[in-house]
Amino acid sequence: MADARAGAGTVTGPMVRAWIEKSAEVLAENRKYLTELDSPIGDSDHGNNMDRGYKAVVEKLPEGDDIGAMLKSVAMSLISKVGGAAGPLYGTMFLDGSKPLIGKTVVSGEELAQFFADAINGVKKRGRSDVGMKTMLDALAPASDAFRAEFAKDGDMPASLKAAAAAAKQGMEATIPMQAQRGRASYLGERSIGHQDPGATSSYLILQAFSDAVEEAAK
Amino acid sequence: MKKLINNAEDVTVEQLKGFGLACDDIDVHFDPNFVNVAGGVKDRVAIVSGGGSGHEPLHGGYVGLGMLDAACPGQVFTSPTPDQMFEAGKTVNGGRGILQIVKNYTGDVLNFQMAADMLRDEGIEVRNVIIDDDVALKDSLYTAGRRGLGTTVIAEKVCGAAAREGYDLDKLAALCKKVNIYGKSMGMALTSCTTPQNGTPSFDLPEDEMEIGIGIHGEPGTKRDKIKSADEVTAILAGRILEDEAYTRNLSEWDPAKGDWVDVEVTDITFQKGDEVIAIVNGMGGTPLSELYTVYAKLAELTAQHGVKIVRNLVGNYITSLEMAGVSITLVKTDEEILRLYDAPVKTPALRWGI
Repeated sequence: MADARAGAGTVTGPMVRAWIEKSAEVLAENRKYLTELDSPIGDSDHGNNMDRGYKAVVEKLPEGDDIGAMLKSVAMSLISKVGGAAGPLYGTMFLDGSKPLIGKTVVSGEELAQFFADAINGVKKRGRSDVGMKTMLDALAPASDAFRAEFAKDGDMPASLKAAAAAAKQGMEATIPMQAQRGRASYLGERSIGHQDPGATSSYLILQAFSDAVEEAAK
Repeated sequence: MKKLINNAEDVTVEQLKGFGLACDDIDVHFDPNFVNVAGGVKDRVAIVSGGGSGHEPLHGGYVGLGMLDAACPGQVFTSPTPDQMFEAGKTVNGGRGILQIVKNYTGDVLNFQMAADMLRDEGIEVRNVIIDDDVALKDSLYTAGRRGLGTTVIAEKVCGAAAREGYDLDKLAALCKKVNIYGKSMGMALTSCTTPQNGTPSFDLPEDEMEIGIGIHGEPGTKRDKIKSADEVTAILAGRILEDEAYTRNLSEWDPAKGDWVDVEVTDITFQKGDEVIAIVNGMGGTPLSELYTVYAKLAELTAQHGVKIVRNLVGNYITSLEMAGVSITLVKTDEEILRLYDAPVKTPALRWGI
């Protein structure tokens, strides 16, 4: 664990493992909540699917500290276990984000910023979507921007991930007044207004888990 | 919730087990889950479809001679995952490529695209054709587009016959796209439905109200209204279908020359006086057949008034939403090619004629 490059400004393999395990816990705790959010504007399965997916993620997570390999494994498990739109979207997100990180046991803030950017581009392309359409991108994109801005200040990784999670939470809440333009919620037209997007919510939960895991490790 | 289940987590696997035991001509595979026609496919295009469970007989019930070669069932109301279509595709590949027929739901479209990418990496040519025939939705710019409903059944029947006639992959994909733009559907619900996992109804629908423009996943429709008579409901659905204007949208398809997914603009038909159609009056799972025939009587009258002739019909449960009470109507315009292929022999658990 005592990698020469590991320090306050980096994320290590064990931190990524802790993030993944914490995500699984949080999604299990929020299974009913996510499904309830999905009920008025979707098809009432998001919590069940994400919980099932992350259980498989933890089961199949490879040994070792290779961050890219872990994230790629997350992608493949989600692709094969989640279904719905969330499976391919989260799968593509982790798959595209993981590629430059294969073989790395420590990643810098710059590399993590690139991970967020690659991950988000993957989601945009696969889902033919963008910010403002009431999707997971509304949580992910502001989080990515906030991370980059905060890290640029003094390279404090826990603080930067905290800023990312806070921005994701704001982004998630900002989906409430939006009219959905993608996914099943879009079929409701104006009736989708007033509901928080389940995908943005699971994205926030995963980013909050990342922040919490790194903060605990840094203590 | 009252349901004939054992454990809510096991319903799709247990259902598949029974399906396999009940159907001699169909092989069932687990982890990943798919069903395929026994004996495989030789020297012709194979046809694969799939979607969430809970819509039975769609799609497994349409696997067999003259229709689908494989079907991939997801969890209840959840699209299947790419590994299912990947294994199903490899199993039924007859060396002439695979046509995947995909209903237009975001999850289905994305998962089938990922599967197509994976199969292509194995050297298997794949075309995905999207079915989006639900006229309840007016515009596509600000939504995920029209959903796939009853035209899917006709596309699977017609393309299954064409594959056995020896159509190549491009010709088959073109035929499937034609059936899609010739077909229009719309549904309504009298009651909601309950997935085994959730245990409570997907949406609330008071005793005196109905949901017009319902999808097949218990997702709410486009309009809530006071309950009306069978004739009035039929008139609403048939009216929307018969008077639906030509609908233009972009659909994603694989461009072999570019080697990428591209958006292609597609415009469907409007029904004209003199058109001959295949009609489906489809129960959503909890509707008595007697009520469906009542709807069919009014539909036949309304199409005749419109100068549209029903030349073939299906009345029954073909694409359902668990125990939901309600109905959807589908009209697919026919021509010589579609009618010949529709009439060709078929032997599947849910459709059987000419054999």
